[in-house]
Amino acid sequence: MKAMITGNQAAAMAARDARVDVVAAYPITPSTPVVEEIARMVETGEMDAKLILVESEHSAMAACIGASASGSRTFTATSSHGLAYMHELLHYAVNARTPVVMAVANRAIGPGWNIWADLSDAMSQRDTGWIQLYCSSNQEIYDTILMAYRVAENRGVMLPAMVCYDGFVLSHTAMPVETGVEGFLDGYESPWNLNFDEPETFGNILPPDYYMELRKDIVESHRRAVKIMREVEEEFEELTGRRTPLLVEEYRTDGASTVLVTLGAIASEAKIVVDEMRRNGERAGLLRIKSFRPFPYDEVTRALEGAERVVVIDRSVSPGAEGQLFSEVKSALYSSKSHPDVLGRVAGLGGRDVTSKAIERAVRLGGREEWIMEVIS
Amino acid sequence: MKISAIPDREFLLPGNAACHGCGSSMCLRTVLKALGKNTVLVVPASCTSVYQGMFPGSAIDVPVFNTVFAASASTASGIAASLERKGIDATVVVWAGDGGTYDIGLQALSAAAERNKDMIYICYNNEMYSNTGVQKSGATPYGAWTTTTWSGKKEHRKDVAELMVAQDVAYVATASAGYLTDLYRKVRKARKKEGFRYIEILTPCPPGWKYPMDRTVEMGRLVVETGMWILYEYENGEIRLTGMSRAIAGGRRKLRDVEEYLLPQGRFAHLSREDIDVIRSYVEKRWEKLVKLAGGVHAAPAEFYV
Repeated sequence: MKAMITGNQAAAMAARDARVDVVAAYPITPSTPVVEEIARMVETGEMDAKLILVESEHSAMAACIGASASGSRTFTATSSHGLAYMHELLHYAVNARTPVVMAVANRAIGPGWNIWADLSDAMSQRDTGWIQLYCSSNQEIYDTILMAYRVAENRGVMLPAMVCYDGFVLSHTAMPVETGVEGFLDGYESPWNLNFDEPETFGNILPPDYYMELRKDIVESHRRAVKIMREVEEEFEELTGRRTPLLVEEYRTDGASTVLVTLGAIASEAKIVVDEMRRNGERAGLLRIKSFRPFPYDEVTRALEGAERVVVIDRSVSPGAEGQLFSEVKSALYSSKSHPDVLGRVAGLGGRDVTSKAIERAVRLGGREEWIMEVIS
Repeated sequence: MKISAIPDREFLLPGNAACHGCGSSMCLRTVLKALGKNTVLVVPASCTSVYQGMFPGSAIDVPVFNTVFAASASTASGIAASLERKGIDATVVVWAGDGGTYDIGLQALSAAAERNKDMIYICYNNEMYSNTGVQKSGATPYGAWTTTTWSGKKEHRKDVAELMVAQDVAYVATASAGYLTDLYRKVRKARKKEGFRYIEILTPCPPGWKYPMDRTVEMGRLVVETGMWILYEYENGEIRLTGMSRAIAGGRRKLRDVEEYLLPQGRFAHLSREDIDVIRSYVEKRWEKLVKLAGGVHAAPAEFYV
């Protein structure tokens, strides 16, 4: 079924079509409509799930972990301060190996209060061990949530996954989206089940003899996830005819000397700039990173090796360092033979509009690190 | 109730890592006997997260889910929803200390109570953060020494059981490690009810309270006999005193002076006469309030001081 829906509606419908068992959530702008839509669907019987309306995001994630650990497929949505408030439980979900899937409508963190697009919230959770997928359209939000369950619940992975999308830019903008995918996800069969005859304890003290093995296995699971993601992409395309990337999307990178690298909604705008540059005879291309964790080192190196200039645009920054994507791309290219020049740009913080003009400026500027401070009004 | 009515089957296994004379482990043993095997225990950071033992072993013979300090009631909500969804018949029980209940976990507890989630929340109250080495909690009584109240706590404790009464949950009960058959009966009763149920057990702690480890049961009785802890139940909108507290309020037993309870404990060793008077008047006030809430049929407690 194709309909004009917002990114948040797409996320809610994906949760419905993923046949999740338990949703626990707390409303926060701009992800609130996800919870509202799920509540409506559950109350009208359109969606068959248990909805727990908790009192905080900390509790939302705790309830999801509890439900997941007792064998249910779980979902939640959040943004910004809500994601920050979950921080402790984000770590917990990873070490507990609970494949919770969460929609994150990315938003700046205050003060000053700013409800607009900014990836700082999710980037701050980079090292929690969650799989992080950044979407650039509403169709992609829908598709990615379904695919995220397949990756997260894979026995070789068993990790939680967040599906991120720029607040308001995607969360509140309606686009045509094809929903109603069936037959892609089975009912969840969890390895965690309660057994009252041979009871097991979950998450008790793990002494030094074991803890390091647990952490190493989580790192290896991320590596395995890269391979699983390639397979899931294929399967999803076979079923739906849609190629929705999970790791990276390459756009006109063949023979490109200048390659833009970015993630999320900025990538859609960047395609316009690439087309414009190509029309002017410039060899430009775009590499969109979809999976920030696990970071697709092989794909990134392969796509950028032939380039002379790589321009990375971040919608977040790590004070005391630089844009997070900028750091990662440089790190990925360290072992490449061609050593392209890698330039970092910070743009679009706190909902600052990233126009095609701003992206063009990002490409033209010569400095190694630049801020694109386009004023909107 | 006769003690012989309590089943022999052990769910808290011997050889666990609890301190000698631990009031909490004694009560958990009784609680699990009352709950039976189809029980899921949710345990936040607390003494119990230590004394259940280390991976890959466990001293608790029912499924246990260990969770973070602030989230026991919300984790249990998720488990309860999941079991309901999957049609599994089991009792979801939070077993949390007073720190995880009175302080950091209160928000999640109050919200789960409001949602009337089908679970039993049990707070084992040893009046301090015992697991981290005896720091003050919201349940620490006036005057008590802890490692964060060196000269004695300056404020009275709050009362979460009364907060749960105010939230009008399906069942509220207080219990003490001194009266295990009373505890057993209350847990059995809670198990048969639906919705949110709250039980709070006073569990004396030898290292934290600084008394010899063979006096835990005695402390658990003295605290009730001196009126420092009152045994009651709340259901169907009514409070009813139970056990020893009922006997005292009904005049069948004399209320003993608080000094009998305070003196054997090192944590109260520094108290002045004035401090003891503050505690005494606190006890009187609490008695009056509870007796009034329980129908006002009992005489004022002060008369029963020996």
